[in-house]
Amino acid sequence: MNDDRDLKGRAAISGLGITEQGRVYGHNAAWFAAEAVRLAIEDAGLRKDEIDGLLVNPGMTSRPGATGLDLQNHLGLTDLRLLASMSCGGATAGIMVQYAALAVAHGMATHVLCVFADAPLREGRGGGAAYGVAPPAPPPGMRGLYTAFGMFGVNAQYALAARRHMGMYGTTNGHFGAIAVAQRQWAAMNPFAEQREPITIEDYHASRWIAEPLHLLDCCLVSNGGVAVIVSSAERARDLRQPPAYIWGMGQGHPGDLRRAGWDADTRSGAPLAKERAFAMAGVTVDDIDVCQLYDCYTYTVLVTLEDYGFCPKGEGGPFVAGARLAPGGALPVNTGGGQLSGYYMWGMTPLSEGVVQTRGQGGERQVAKHDVVLVTGNGGILDHHSTLLLSPHPA
Amino acid sequence: MTERAYTLPIPTADEASAPFFRGAKERRLLLLRCPQCGTWRLPGRDRCVDCWSTDEAWAEASGRGRLYTFGIMHQQYHPAFADVVPYNYAIVELEEGPRIVTNIVDCPNEALRVDMPVEAVYDDVSDETALVRFRPVG
Repeated sequence: MNDDRDLKGRAAISGLGITEQGRVYGHNAAWFAAEAVRLAIEDAGLRKDEIDGLLVNPGMTSRPGATGLDLQNHLGLTDLRLLASMSCGGATAGIMVQYAALAVAHGMATHVLCVFADAPLREGRGGGAAYGVAPPAPPPGMRGLYTAFGMFGVNAQYALAARRHMGMYGTTNGHFGAIAVAQRQWAAMNPFAEQREPITIEDYHASRWIAEPLHLLDCCLVSNGGVAVIVSSAERARDLRQPPAYIWGMGQGHPGDLRRAGWDADTRSGAPLAKERAFAMAGVTVDDIDVCQLYDCYTYTVLVTLEDYGFCPKGEGGPFVAGARLAPGGALPVNTGGGQLSGYYMWGMTPLSEGVVQTRGQGGERQVAKHDVVLVTGNGGILDHHSTLLLSPHPA
Repeated sequence: MTERAYTLPIPTADEASAPFFRGAKERRLLLLRCPQCGTWRLPGRDRCVDCWSTDEAWAEASGRGRLYTFGIMHQQYHPAFADVVPYNYAIVELEEGPRIVTNIVDCPNEALRVDMPVEAVYDDVSDETALVRFRPVG
């Protein structure tokens, strides 16, 4: 095998575009995608004809209209050397950046746009209604059992995973709540964040149940918006307007789910697999991480991810997050823009965008002083997909 | 169950799952067991994930298992469930290995515990269909 470190610092994130987020009405996903691209190109100081690659993660409401080819033609991007639509749920943003980094490091393309946009919210309708409803009649066969037994939606599935962790390790709602409270404190300092009012642990416990053990404040927001980043070769990124966020390490983990005795897909994610290659490439250990942007569809996802990276032993994530360790001023800054729980729900683009902000040192009052190594994770499905990116302001 | 008509959605068999549904009506838990390697699986999977054999044979499982994990649903996604929220939904890990979605009955939600031993009960929800639910053992 080639030395993993061949790729360290060869590619960088050179541009970032974040549209208005949240309850922004009157635009579809394609509009948000185009707007995010415009902002990213402006941020980098590029012209649109310098873009030669486009990777798109269509959101739930994006088809048709914001797949790779749709967006290419909508934006008048011609003669691309790289184009694809990709789909690994919330791990896709990180995964797009990885393929883009490989492409620019090896000369297949020069500046690759990676885009996510979605517009599930409709005026006058709650976030809970945004992602569709249960079928009135059960589909035929075994799939119909989910309807018959009343197991609907992603909330129900993450509740099962969180409950398994609680049963195995004694994790409590108080532990999950500590994550929600800490992230809200960070969100208060992020002008893009949707939820900036402080919350207490009492507010967390008082928030309504969605699917026990998940309270409302365990669950991510639902947002309209778009985010785009540009991945460039390190050499080209240095000539652009913004300080490059160099990609030191990258990896993926897709553990699979055998759904039978002896297989644990509920308290373990793909992070150990993804971490192994990413950390080796970067030449870092968990002790070198200054800032974490961890995918947080639910509070539980943060907890299990911290364990799987080895910030604490498996099963000790609850006590680890208790208190204010993850909060502003705590020992381990996590989700410094408020994440998806309090900031905005742009799938893997939420941790990635805040990771770029922190790596550049542009976080304003929420900027973490030491940001030499920034961990950005993505998670898709029910802990089915995991992506790791390690970003740094230093080329090597 | 009660004398009132059953108002929740009732699943229907397809070709791949017909013996499972027929078995439930007869108070038997029928699953697939790979004739090549002996691995059990739920119906609806046409290939053994271990040896990739597409041979299939039906076999009767014990109906015993443990409560692998569960949730208590408070949201109403489906109009038929409006009167039953909050209700439990669960994944039971059968002795033979496969994990199956179900509800736990004869147990208050507050008493549910991860890994508690459970056994199948067959709930006649219509003349044609019995659902495989589980109850605590002992």
